[in-house]
Amino acid sequence: MRFFEYEAREIVKRAGIPVTDYGFTTDATEAKEIAQRIGGPTVIKSQVLTGGRMKAGGVKFADTPEEAQAHAKDILALEINGHMPRGVLVDPKAQVEQEYYAGVVWDGTAKKPLMLFSDMGGIDIEQVAEEHPDHVGRGHFSTLEPFSDFQAKQVIAAAGVTGRALQRATPVLARLARLFLENDMTLAEINPLAELKDGSFVALDAHMEMENEGMPRQKALLGALGIGAQEGTREGHTPTAFEEAVKAIDAADHRGVIQGKDTGFTGNIGLVIGAGGGSLTLTDAVRQQGGKPANYSEIGGNPSVAKACGLAKQVLRLEGVEKIAVMMSIVSNTRVDIVARGVIKACLELGKDPGETIAIFRIPGAWEEEGFKILDSYGIEYCDRSVSLWEAAGRAVAKIEKAAA
Amino acid sequence: MSILIDQNTTFIIQGITGREAVNLTRECLDYGSKIVGGVTPGRKGREVHGVPVFDTVEQVIEHNGGAVPDGSVVTVPPAGTRDAVFEALHAGIKTIVVVTERIPRRDVAMMVELADAKGARIIGPNCLGVIVPGVAKMGGIGGPARNAAVAYQPGSVGVMSRSGGMTTEISSTLTAAGLGVSTAVSIGGDAIIGSTYAELMPFFEADEQTEAIVIYTEPGGRMEAQLAQWVKDNDSRLPIIAFMAGKFMDDEEMQGMSFGHAGTIVEGKEDSATEKIARLEAAGIPVVQRIDEIPDLVKAKIAERSAA
Repeated sequence: MRFFEYEAREIVKRAGIPVTDYGFTTDATEAKEIAQRIGGPTVIKSQVLTGGRMKAGGVKFADTPEEAQAHAKDILALEINGHMPRGVLVDPKAQVEQEYYAGVVWDGTAKKPLMLFSDMGGIDIEQVAEEHPDHVGRGHFSTLEPFSDFQAKQVIAAAGVTGRALQRATPVLARLARLFLENDMTLAEINPLAELKDGSFVALDAHMEMENEGMPRQKALLGALGIGAQEGTREGHTPTAFEEAVKAIDAADHRGVIQGKDTGFTGNIGLVIGAGGGSLTLTDAVRQQGGKPANYSEIGGNPSVAKACGLAKQVLRLEGVEKIAVMMSIVSNTRVDIVARGVIKACLELGKDPGETIAIFRIPGAWEEEGFKILDSYGIEYCDRSVSLWEAAGRAVAKIEKAAA
Repeated sequence: MSILIDQNTTFIIQGITGREAVNLTRECLDYGSKIVGGVTPGRKGREVHGVPVFDTVEQVIEHNGGAVPDGSVVTVPPAGTRDAVFEALHAGIKTIVVVTERIPRRDVAMMVELADAKGARIIGPNCLGVIVPGVAKMGGIGGPARNAAVAYQPGSVGVMSRSGGMTTEISSTLTAAGLGVSTAVSIGGDAIIGSTYAELMPFFEADEQTEAIVIYTEPGGRMEAQLAQWVKDNDSRLPIIAFMAGKFMDDEEMQGMSFGHAGTIVEGKEDSATEKIARLEAAGIPVVQRIDEIPDLVKAKIAERSAA
């Protein structure tokens, strides 16, 4: 789950890392009041979960509280990459001496968290690493041993930083490393981390992402930030009606799992497919053979008839979908006959002929004899494992495209 | 021969009284695996398909006269998985299959770090385990014994897959083509896993039965880059053939979304399907477009190597 900047800064602050005396608001008049309290030039920053806000006009500088109010009013009404801002951050314009980068991510190969530090802050760290590798320090740390500050110091020193800056930056990176682990983050980044004229260090921007799987045990932090369960995991897009409906069906009973997405899909081939890897393989196979999926879906873990039925119904209700392809890689846990019953029930309940509506049924494996018997009785075209995923997808494409033509 | 497990391997099941675990126990016993006990706290004294249940791993070992089992299949809820794995590691168990999905990465990293320190190996999490066709299976891989027998026949190809279901799809294709499978490992679909392709390669390398490797891969993570590097650094006798699913995720409108498994989230350019295919091919690992192309290519590669 991504945090807004104002939340990320609060997380940083709670970890004992200095931040500026900023204020968050959803109201332009209040933005003026915050600017008055700050007293001096301010920066007004749009609070959106998307990049490129500077370019889009979502970050503006103000010399007076009145100017801050005017900018806040504009920015609050400004959509960026399809996102309306949550609010604005009013930040004192800092007297920056030098900008640094401090970050922590997971390294899946080393299977440990990785600290990154650079004295070239304010820009994309991947770019710095590519163009100026000697300006980036890195270091893994243990998830079992207690973190010790020297580990952060080594990383900063490896970036070529010494003197007072090294001493001041060390506790910042150390605290960032600790908060990363303690709060189940997948990304904790301060960029820029600013060294001010007086030599102090302060976080001018922060970017945090929490692992969805960690959220159940991070309720205290989420609660303190005012983030309730209704916010979900803040996927990059607003869930569609289809996605909401599938989610609700899945939540209604605990047997098996179904998932569905139609964001980014605009075709006419309804896909009732599974499981994880099988769905990825089948979606590719449909597209590579010229088919246009209307959706993506996953069936797994032996769902009930009701669940399989519910998913198929939702797919059949998608705009432009007349037929569905029901396909999975060989199943060993999910039962072929149960999925067959589910998709047939969906057709019947929508007043459609299962034999016409189900373009192809390719789910081999557990209970397939029983499943194939049922499919036979409704005149549905099915195949066993001798027909590959690719061939099954090809048949679905041919049949559905022909019908649509 | 085989890797990781053989006909003598003993193991326990932690979380044995759960619904899926009960099925898994039945399947493994039917397949010929040696399950020497189960653990579910508070359920001591019960039996699951004849397997005695205990409160602790320590009690299982005591019951077996001090013999430490070779392995454990861990299938407990995500909040308790780290603790269960630590318990197995502290008891001296060396091969641990973690079935549970949705475990936070921090917990996985801790488990892996402790396993490394204790000279143990973790397979998974979010996996179906290991199968040596006709010999034993450790985990739900292949499903009920009679289903597993159809899809997995003994043979010459080692299979490693980030998807449990696709492990069976690929193995079934190899079996149907008469090649068969030496050992198949469902390595798990998460961002951090106990054993990557490159980390399992030395085992296959040492296994005389294995003549070629097939891997199933997805977008997300750097595991394929690690394998490509391993191939460059080691003069392996084994040809490797890869299949990449999820190419559609490279499309612009799919950016930032994850499909299939938690580990498919693309966090950098290197994680994309296109980039991975290029990297694998540069290391001499062909990436096929269709699963059904695999058997012929495997046969050709084996013939190539034996002619050389």
